[in-house]
Amino acid sequence: MPAVQETVEQVRAIDVDQYKYGFSTDIEMELAPKGLSEDIVRYISARKNEPAWMLEWRLDAYRRWLTMREPDWARVDYPQIDFQDMYYYAAPKSNAAPKSLDEIDPAILETYKKLGIPLREQEILAGVAPENRIAVDAVFDSVSVVTTFKEELKKSGVIFSSISEALHEHPELVRKYIGSVVPTTDNYYATLNAAVFSDGSFVYIPPGVRCPMELSTYFRINEQKTGQFERTLIIADKGSYVSYLEGCTAPMRDENQLHAAVVELIAHDDAEIKYSTVQNWYPGDSQGKGGIYNFVTKRGDCRGARSKISWTQVETGSAITWKYPSCILRGDDSQGEFYSIAVSNGAQQVDSGTKMIHLGKNTRSRIISKGISAGRSQNTYRGLVSAHRRATNAKNFTNCDSLLIGNACGAHTVPYIESKTASAVFEHEATTSKVSEDQMFYCMQRGLTQEEAIALIVNGFVKDVLQQLPMEFMVEAQKLIAISLEGSVG
Amino acid sequence: MSLLEIKNLTAKLAEEDKQILNGLNLTVEKGQVAAIMGPNGSGKSTLSYVLAGREDYEVTNGEALLDGENILELSPDERAAKGLFLAFQYPIEIPGVGQMTFLKAALNAQRRKNGLDDMPTPEFMKLVNGRAKELGISQDMLRRSVNVGFSGGEKKRNEILQMALLQPKLAILDETDSGLDIDALKIVADGVNAMRSPDRGFVVITHYQRLLDYIKPDVVHVLSAGRIIKTGGPELALELEAKGYADIVGKAA
Ligand SMILES: Nc1ncnc2c1ncn2[C@@H]1O[C@H](COP(=O)(O)OP(=O)(O)OP(=O)(O)O)[C@@H](O)[C@H]1O
Ligand SMILES: [Mg+2]
Repeated sequence: MPAVQETVEQVRAIDVDQYKYGFSTDIEMELAPKGLSEDIVRYISARKNEPAWMLEWRLDAYRRWLTMREPDWARVDYPQIDFQDMYYYAAPKSNAAPKSLDEIDPAILETYKKLGIPLREQEILAGVAPENRIAVDAVFDSVSVVTTFKEELKKSGVIFSSISEALHEHPELVRKYIGSVVPTTDNYYATLNAAVFSDGSFVYIPPGVRCPMELSTYFRINEQKTGQFERTLIIADKGSYVSYLEGCTAPMRDENQLHAAVVELIAHDDAEIKYSTVQNWYPGDSQGKGGIYNFVTKRGDCRGARSKISWTQVETGSAITWKYPSCILRGDDSQGEFYSIAVSNGAQQVDSGTKMIHLGKNTRSRIISKGISAGRSQNTYRGLVSAHRRATNAKNFTNCDSLLIGNACGAHTVPYIESKTASAVFEHEATTSKVSEDQMFYCMQRGLTQEEAIALIVNGFVKDVLQQLPMEFMVEAQKLIAISLEGSVG
Repeated sequence: MSLLEIKNLTAKLAEEDKQILNGLNLTVEKGQVAAIMGPNGSGKSTLSYVLAGREDYEVTNGEALLDGENILELSPDERAAKGLFLAFQYPIEIPGVGQMTFLKAALNAQRRKNGLDDMPTPEFMKLVNGRAKELGISQDMLRRSVNVGFSGGEKKRNEILQMALLQPKLAILDETDSGLDIDALKIVADGVNAMRSPDRGFVVITHYQRLLDYIKPDVVHVLSAGRIIKTGGPELALELEAKGYADIVGKAA
């Protein structure tokens, strides 16, 4: 049987065992009553002791959401979601405001350790050079259980905490910025998130400060029948810099679970935000049973002149991905970047891309997207590049490459371009290629197994984007991509 | 024991009922350089692919023993690790995969299969740089993606670099001379000659005597319509060069 043919057969047999993060933690949880109503919104707000304005904001969003319809323009297909058949709040019972790591349920610490995310600072410090330290905000179902290195960050004036905590400690900052990039009215899932978001991370970098370490949030869905709705808000004040990384995993379950997050980034004059995601939610089994619905709204606002926002994503998980990290290039001379690797295997469906909205003069954007489809998966790049009348000399470069493994998968590219100024220069390149039998045979003749050959060829394909990731995560991401495609060969 | 012993090998296209190898017999001794010549389409490349384990072909009869072991049931990578190397007639491009990455992956994959540890990177670098220099392969070529944008001759030299690195027991060179300029031909021949040793064998597929002036064969086989129809000494190649295949092929038919 020719190699690629066999690949196809084996992809069909991809089995869930390959998902290395599929365990669940048995821990006593406090759950909100099932379903969604104004009462549930009030419940969540009350659990977090939120100020009255926050509750009003949520209720506004909720009422609007009731009038909205689920978007259907993406190239994804799934049964109607029953929004009354899930829990909107799940928190470990033991997690009643822990003051220190010692108060956190050991089962949770163990969970993160198993995921390769040590939370004890001593453990992190052992054997890690100071410049390679990473501060972590750990979000477990609906709540942030701990944020590490907070004190050390405080010394430079950096605020890094859960958004719930920020609501109490820095309400003026949260109130000023929340919803200022993704308004509560933005889209169906973002509006839902505004009503029921339960936690997420908050970052503020003061003027002129270069954040002394990598910041990260690790999202873990554990509880059954629970949606995760987190909200992240990052503000880089004038002339500051921060690099932030987000990771996510979930147990293997037959049911589909909803993850509808919102991320807002704000970069003031001369500030730079680098946001990286390694998304590895449970993708479901080979038949498409189970897996996370990842419906996420991420947007960055280059509010200041010469500001820069750069999104890098490695998407390997989720049954369905619906996600378009975007940049609003408002400040003159601001820059937006989007680097993406989207791997789909089994029955996964990916509809992802970006929007670069050029509003200011001399704004520049760059889009590099690498889609890899295997199995029976469908992988769509959807992008919009637009230039406003004022955006003279706007420049965009887009490069979308798709790589197919086998004959049963699909790759699609849907780029939109809108320019209202004659001086804009938008370039677009796209290619679609296949891992050929010739390439496989050549590699194998030199001694590589089928799996090694696929991993080598794919890593070559995504190299340009991998290089955008922070060093520590490059190797990790490389491995993850290889693991995600493991089922596509023997 | 012979290094390679092919007995009554028949093979067809996997997807079609087209038989290409028709009861082929061939023996290559250790230390030997065996040249295979034959008309276009006679099955020379097919023979090399079948030996290397390409899945487009189905073996319907016969066996091929490498060091006494039938290799026809093994996967291509297992055959490679057992010391079988094929220099492709048309080397394949792999965009984005750096030469060094590729060479290292190949070398270490074979080492692991043979129970050895990965070669330490400094040692590997030294080895590659040394061999590349001998073959006139520039640092620039080593930095590029595998065969991407290489000229025809550069691709062929690159095959020889891989051979020199992997140190196979049996190397099959499929028209490695085609596309090489006169200087490159000498360099490649020197590379092969330097690797000749009492326990290594070569199968050199070529259409031209010129290569055999540099790599002196011990024996010359003529392949036609999927079988070896004549075997002789180096003088057989000279005879073919002068008279063409018509005579021999006619007699065999
Ligand atoms: N994959 C294939 N599909 C169709 N026909 C094939 C395939 N492989 C080989 N053939 C046919 O089998 C015959 C032998 O081909 P092969 O490439 O082995 O010849 P060759 O002796 O190497 O020729 P050349 O001297 O031109 O390189 C030819 O008729 C060729 O067209
Ligand atoms: Mg040939």
